Amino acid sequence: MKELKIETRNLSFYYGNKLALNSVSFNMYANHVTALIGPSGCGKSTFLRTLNRMNDLIPGTRVDGEILIDGLNIYDKDIDVVNLRKKIGMVFQRSNPFAKSIYDNITYGPKINGIHKKEVLDEIVESSLKKAAIWEEVKDRLDHSALGLSGGQQQRLCIARALSVNPEILLMDEPASALDPISTGKIEELIFELKKTFTIIIVTHNMQQAARVSDYTAFFYMGEMVEYGKTKKIFTTPDKKQTEEYITGRFG
Amino acid sequence: MKTSKKITGGLLIGITGFSVFLIIAILIFMLVMIIIGAKGEFSWKFITQFPQNGMTQGGIFPALFGTALMVIIMSVAAVPFGTITAIYLTEYAHEESIISKSIRFAVRTLAVVPSIIFGLFGLGFFIKFIGTGMDNMFNAGQLKWAQPNILWASLTMALLTLPVVIVSVEEAIKSVPREMRDASLALGATKWQTIRKVVIPGARSGILTGTILAISRGAGEVAPILFTGAAYYLAKLPTSLSDQFMSLGYHIYIMSTQSTNVDQTLPIQFATTLVLLLLTFTLNLSAILIRVRLRKK
Ligand SMILES: Nc1ncnc2c1ncn2[C@@H]1O[C@H](COP(=O)(O)OP(=O)(O)OP(=O)(O)O)[C@@H](O)[C@H]1O
Ligand SMILES: [Mg+2]
Repeated sequence: MKELKIETRNLSFYYGNKLALNSVSFNMYANHVTALIGPSGCGKSTFLRTLNRMNDLIPGTRVDGEILIDGLNIYDKDIDVVNLRKKIGMVFQRSNPFAKSIYDNITYGPKINGIHKKEVLDEIVESSLKKAAIWEEVKDRLDHSALGLSGGQQQRLCIARALSVNPEILLMDEPASALDPISTGKIEELIFELKKTFTIIIVTHNMQQAARVSDYTAFFYMGEMVEYGKTKKIFTTPDKKQTEEYITGRFG
Repeated sequence: MKTSKKITGGLLIGITGFSVFLIIAILIFMLVMIIIGAKGEFSWKFITQFPQNGMTQGGIFPALFGTALMVIIMSVAAVPFGTITAIYLTEYAHEESIISKSIRFAVRTLAVVPSIIFGLFGLGFFIKFIGTGMDNMFNAGQLKWAQPNILWASLTMALLTLPVVIVSVEEAIKSVPREMRDASLALGATKWQTIRKVVIPGARSGILTGTILAISRGAGEVAPILFTGAAYYLAKLPTSLSDQFMSLGYHIYIMSTQSTNVDQTLPIQFATTLVLLLLTFTLNLSAILIRVRLRKK
């Protein structure tokens, strides 16, 4: 039986007067990977950021509708946003390591959660970096600044950082856009590994990748969720013409 | 058309070049005058010795020491206060709110108030008001705090340099990328944790630059400390916050106007000026270097 983890109900989102998401409703299941696809500017990142309420930080924005995580509306008044975000890891579209050492980048989240024992932190650093397929490259320079890493390395570091706090849900906004095929392969393996314990939502522009890693796919177009279903179905016999055209590369 | 444009362009370049030349020439001329005027008075001894024979001979150590101590106390007051204000303005206040607007207006105004006004304010507020209050409360009305001292002078100077600190720190805080704050918040950090662990460390060089600029400004000012704590001559170094102190700028002023022998002490005046110039020059240069490094990042 699959367990419902996240449910959006008539979710609309506005940047000022601009409607960026229009009444989006669908479900995301625990231990499954849901891929969000669609042309640039269609609202994928916006949608992802409503799930951990990162959009709250942008002045002049507004949310309508509901997002239920484990049955609770995260936009309820008495929801503690900080606690909510502790449960949800996020890998941003543009990699954003802290101007700190590689080690401190990974221990940042655990320390916030009150973990200060050196052995425990060391352990977290190693396992997080290994999961994100970057351990071998950085293990000898953990005290170097993270800003000295290459773009692809920074992106994997950010993945490791998101894993460091053991979130229940992992939001990934094009985590492999700056990676070479080998690291991309490793990240995809990681996603397979992680979905045993996490709920994963991933934005990707790479159709093959979406088809490979995801169980469910939602196709967005101009702020609307056009079609949603099992990835296999979406990629073989989509119901909507728009979906088919996008997937086969005829527009977008 | 083309030729007239060329002529205006050439003219502008000429005027700019001339201005630059003029400024540099004046600077070099002043420096040369000062160095010649110092007549070899400028030496290690000069920096480390007390004045002698009614300040017609000897060194300027107490003035140097007093200035240093004053700017340290000033920084201890101005830097945390300025940093907190800058954090409030950039992170908490809404850009358009009345509070934020009035703070900004106050900071801008503070930056253009003539420094003598700060001196008068310090006299009225710190010495007459706070000092008298303190004496009445802790000292049974006996005179201790209601008179000029290094604490009141430093605090007065802190008010004067506050805008410098606030502006530098604000600029530095704004240069910390939004993406880094987002990363911190997404990991479940509170706003305050994000400020403390990401924003302030990211703004460290800016805070340092602000501090150095404030110190270089404070080290050279005389008017604010004139009534609030600077002394003509002291045989002893200040040992308590309620002691008066000697300062470089004030020393130059009295040596050139009230010395027992103005002409004889000319080399000392020039040498003191040279010390003050070198001090502020070094401070400003290091502030610029830090800023350049900050921009590169
Ligand atoms: N901070 C913002 N302020 C105003 N409008 C925004 C903001 N962020 C995004 N938008 C707008 O909202 C719409 C959706 O943007 P979003 O970033 O969610 O698209 P996306 O699907 O992630 O695109 P991409 O594939 O290029 O990342 C776009 O039209 C964009 O211009
Ligand atoms: Mg996006």
